[in-house]
Amino acid sequence: MNELSADAQVGFPILSTIVFLPVVTMVALAFLRGDRALRGVALSGALVVLGLSLLLVLRFEKGTTDFQFAEQRPWVETIGLSYHLAVDGVSVLFVPLTALLIVLVMLSSWSAVRHHIKAYLMAVLAFETAAMGVFTAVDLILFFVFWELMLIPTYVLIRVWGDGPQRGRAAQRYVLSMLMGSAALLAGFILLGVSHQSAPGSGGVLSFDLTVLMESPPSLETQTAVFFLLAFAFALKAPLFPFHAWMPSALLEGSIGMAVLLAGLKMGVFGFLRLVLPLVPDAFAAWSWLIALLGGAAVIYGAFLALVQSDLRRLLAFASVSHVGLAMLGLSSLNAQGLQGALFLLVNLGLVSTALLLVAGFVQQRIGSTDLAALGGMAQRTPALAMFAMIASLGAVAVPGTSGFPGEFLILLGAFRAHGWPAAIAVLTVIFAAAFVLVFYERAFHGRIRSSVVQSAPDLRRSETVIACVVGIAIVGFGFFPSGLLSYSSASVDDLVSRLATSITVMAEK
Amino acid sequence: MDVTGLAPLLALLVPLLGAAGVVLLRHRTPARELCGIVAGIVQFGLVATLVPTVREGGTVSFTLSAFLPEASIALRADALGVVLAGTAAVLWVLTTLYAMGYLGTARDPALTRFHACFCLTMAATVGVAFAANLLTLFLFYEALTFITYPLVTHTGTPEAARGGRRYLVYQLGAGIAFLLPAIVLTYLEAGTLDFVRGGSFGPDTGGALPVIIYVFFLLGIAKAALMPMHGWLPAAMVAPVPVSALLHAVAVVNVGVFSLLRVALDVYGLELVDTLGLDVLTLVITSITILIASIHALRLDDLKGILAYSTIGQLSYMILGMALLSPAGRTGAVLHLVGHSFSKITLFFAVGSLYVGSHRALASELRGIGRQMPWTTAAFAIGALSIIGLPPTVGFIAKYFLFVGAVEARQWPVLAVLSVSTLLAAGYYLRMLRSALFDSPLAAPEGGVGGGSGLMYAPAVGESRALLLVPMLVTAAVTLLLGVAPGLILDLIRVASG
Repeated sequence: MNELSADAQVGFPILSTIVFLPVVTMVALAFLRGDRALRGVALSGALVVLGLSLLLVLRFEKGTTDFQFAEQRPWVETIGLSYHLAVDGVSVLFVPLTALLIVLVMLSSWSAVRHHIKAYLMAVLAFETAAMGVFTAVDLILFFVFWELMLIPTYVLIRVWGDGPQRGRAAQRYVLSMLMGSAALLAGFILLGVSHQSAPGSGGVLSFDLTVLMESPPSLETQTAVFFLLAFAFALKAPLFPFHAWMPSALLEGSIGMAVLLAGLKMGVFGFLRLVLPLVPDAFAAWSWLIALLGGAAVIYGAFLALVQSDLRRLLAFASVSHVGLAMLGLSSLNAQGLQGALFLLVNLGLVSTALLLVAGFVQQRIGSTDLAALGGMAQRTPALAMFAMIASLGAVAVPGTSGFPGEFLILLGAFRAHGWPAAIAVLTVIFAAAFVLVFYERAFHGRIRSSVVQSAPDLRRSETVIACVVGIAIVGFGFFPSGLLSYSSASVDDLVSRLATSITVMAEK
Repeated sequence: MDVTGLAPLLALLVPLLGAAGVVLLRHRTPARELCGIVAGIVQFGLVATLVPTVREGGTVSFTLSAFLPEASIALRADALGVVLAGTAAVLWVLTTLYAMGYLGTARDPALTRFHACFCLTMAATVGVAFAANLLTLFLFYEALTFITYPLVTHTGTPEAARGGRRYLVYQLGAGIAFLLPAIVLTYLEAGTLDFVRGGSFGPDTGGALPVIIYVFFLLGIAKAALMPMHGWLPAAMVAPVPVSALLHAVAVVNVGVFSLLRVALDVYGLELVDTLGLDVLTLVITSITILIASIHALRLDDLKGILAYSTIGQLSYMILGMALLSPAGRTGAVLHLVGHSFSKITLFFAVGSLYVGSHRALASELRGIGRQMPWTTAAFAIGALSIIGLPPTVGFIAKYFLFVGAVEARQWPVLAVLSVSTLLAAGYYLRMLRSALFDSPLAAPEGGVGGGSGLMYAPAVGESRALLLVPMLVTAAVTLLLGVAPGLILDLIRVASG
């Protein structure tokens, strides 16, 4: 498989810079004092990463399935490890998305975080390095290292800066769930590497490189074992029903910043797209019915639980479970529309669930609660916040003209083609359920003002207005011009679909 | 520079700019209102530049966004679109003037929102009118729902909130449950979402799926208020009169009927409608809607309620005209779209004027109003005659085409339905007119103005001010003009329906 090297494309190791600049910033923060200096340096670091990731997107060559901006150095050669970073159409968009979310989380912390600001910013930066590593690692073990690195900052961000009284338990639950998945993940990776080493064409070389392993998928039995190990880990992370138990508590008890990162970056679904589909295509095609079933169940389960919530954060947690199900339903349809739809949905959720969670955060800071009982009539006092909430809600309902629509439309097309009516009904359920975000919006922001706290609530501050504008414009912009995003992934998705199609025909012959 | 080539895009952008202007000028009245009026006039001018092209059967296209590989967001102005956009632009200007008289021009944020939403409504309407494919149509169709919601709930009362919620539930529910699946299935079946005169389904389309898709379109396009999806329309009557006028004569219902016409003419094509037996299905549903709505209107006393049910019936006339599959029927359908808009808005304006002048909102309170509010009553009479279908109004010409169409198509039961419903409409409109013109006026309430003075009528009741009267008289005059000289627009309408 060909690769375009970073040296040829931008002249410097851009991915390493993006991955490790947050760590450098972190170290710099350790020597600083004073809130202003800390925030200034942290934000500058995050903005430089955002700038670099936009450069990455600009220089990205569309229309090729090659990995790009590749950097490869030997790491521990005896056990086949290499330091190998690169992006392709599947992963490239997650880099700027992550960078953007980190900037937003920092900006929103200006007013939200009141203690241990230095530690908070350092944890967020550590998370950024780990997340960027996950999105750009091409070596499986390197991927695993970054995957595990995410654990500590996430735990701390839930445990220390959480909003709820049960945040300790929520953090523990998260870590335990992830550790269970990690064991399976590592086992799956090693199984893949070893079976490749013993395969006839490999010359006995141990390798964990995605580009190498993709070329010769192992036997169906090995694939099935690997599939279940990886699927378990990614389903826990996504979280896919019925492995979602940690999600509502983490979103409800954790800090808003952490909630944004957990709900906005769907790494579990990304894991399926990045590793499961290309590495074990036959097993994925064989078991796609199971994925479809779980996806459909998640959609309906999450949607119905979202319906009965009166608290915005709880509602968003279950809506998130539902949307993960939708993305998995898209993947399970094994066609270009389903996969493109799922990818687009992931990017959209990065924007829309972030927007809604930020709204929840803004409301929480002003009113002290995100429960309907305490709200009502907020639009009169906080028109700008109401406007932002409305755009985000419309995006969640997938109204045409917002970034929610193209993804769900494509998934509907793909699912209809692959699974017929049942899948279509599941997709429509999500949209129906999401309509309750609108009902929530109406009850919280319109009608009579019922409490004195709402009466005296201030509207968005300057930093908050910046956040609202950036996210709002992105939601509407990608709603009208989704082809700009889709063109990045189309070549890679077509390649994946053709691999899956081969698997399906091979299996049909058997 | 070629203005015609960009006219569809500009016609979409001008109302958006108008909305921005309204918000910017929120502290300066009446500049705020004038902003909407100017935008409406410019928009009408832009639509008018398209007439010479589309009258010859030409189209003007513009692609906004490549959107998805499956379909783009694209505009394409043809005769049918120009008819819808042109009608909407004229009535938008008049309704804005009327709203200034009805709601006043105070520096109220609610009024700024009102006028901004009015402008956005026009943008969405033009978007639907000039949509080149189902996806674009769906985009603006749904946008219209959200933009008109704050207009329906304008007064902010609990009653308005209830009506608004019902409006939203009907529109969104139908859109998600039926219209979106219909569009997806159309793509999977036809392989394209583009509008093609004569239909985009292949010639050998058959089986149950196209029929199911068609039923989904009928249910999903709730804005056309076909039964059983009509419940939103009476509920939305909680809105102030100018909004009801805009929703039920200009924008929302016309968009509904227009979308169904597009589906029948440019997605299915009339041949396929015929071979699949969809024409009979449509005729049955529209006939039922017409009869039930007419009977229901007969039993109501609330003026706006009567107009709502009258609208439900009249919209079905247009869809029925298309389903007759005869040239005269189709011409009647499109002509009625225009004629009904002017006639029904005249009626709404008159009802609003009556309410402002005398605080009366019931048909039984119309007694003797003819002498107290002669201009309002005259306008009401013209609108009513047109809706019944009597000469010399445009309603007569449209109904004439529909009757001819029914005869051409040998659809005798339809002819019977048209006749019966005309009688029913005559029943409820003529009853009101007789009462207004010949009954003695209502006595003033005890203790009220003129109470106990022995006068036969309350002196407080008088003709409305010019801002209410002028728009009403203009629409009434157009109703008459098109009735006397339908040739003015008939060429365009023949091409639009051809």
